[in-house]
Amino acid sequence: MSLGQRVATDHQLARLLQIGAVLEEVVESRAYHHLDSFEDEEGVDDDVRHLLEHAAEESAEHRSRLEALIEELDAETVPYEEINKLVEAQYAQTKPEDFDGLLYDQLCNEETAYKFYDDLIEAIEASESEFSIDREQVLDTLRQIREEEAEGVEDVTEIMERRA
Amino acid sequence: MNTADQYLKAIYLVQRMEDGPAATGALADMLDVSPASVNEMVGKLQNRGLVDHEKYKGATLTDDGIVRAEDALQTYCIIERFLANVLEVEDYRGEASALEAVIDDTVAERLDTIIDRREECPDCFDAEADQCCYLEAPAGESAD
Repeated sequence: MSLGQRVATDHQLARLLQIGAVLEEVVESRAYHHLDSFEDEEGVDDDVRHLLEHAAEESAEHRSRLEALIEELDAETVPYEEINKLVEAQYAQTKPEDFDGLLYDQLCNEETAYKFYDDLIEAIEASESEFSIDREQVLDTLRQIREEEAEGVEDVTEIMERRA
Repeated sequence: MNTADQYLKAIYLVQRMEDGPAATGALADMLDVSPASVNEMVGKLQNRGLVDHEKYKGATLTDDGIVRAEDALQTYCIIERFLANVLEVEDYRGEASALEAVIDDTVAERLDTIIDRREECPDCFDAEADQCCYLEAPAGESAD
């Protein structure tokens, strides 16, 4: 067990980026599952449909940016289809109960992603290790993604406030 | 998972293995820190009402401490299962220990939506083996 929050090696950095990629895949897959499950329910207006579609597209785009970094570190990502199957297998137990739950789930997705990238950036900044990949390139990518996650949190809360 | 939660989890596991208070030396070994660091943190946890500490015997979690430790152990179990069963990492225990400080509880909760964890978690965690007794080790190649 190790205490402290530093990313010390290429291997550890690649692993954390892999986790980020899977989180994005989970967001993407759950957004499509929400769209399928709640399509016929009252209350799913165009704003919400657009929110979920945008979240899925943005996650796919984040994933591809993370994959580019992971490849440079000579590692691989888990294919989307595999994560989609795992989401599918557990979706019935983890599906939001109602429409408010769906928005809350989406808010959790965005907040969780923001927190993950924020912690990862902090852990890389706290490390003095050299990586085989340009450190600033990694940090720039992660900061951009973090910014977009913060915007995602705002988008969901705006819809929640409008519906309150 | 923050440092305090890592300590609470360690105390919980040592208490289970020893069937009694967690001695400073055992905690220092498990956490790979000095006994002085353990004493300092145990003192802080005692002040927060999470641990009772008896000199020459060791640390015992209070009821509040047990709740926090069980949550931390669940988070750890999620990380281990995720590494073993999703990323197919062979050294899932070693890597989970190295990564637990960087993985927040909320992140673990999201990862939990794609893993198959028992309802009795963390009671099924085997402290000696440092993994859930139902966890199946990865058979294929790792995602490295």
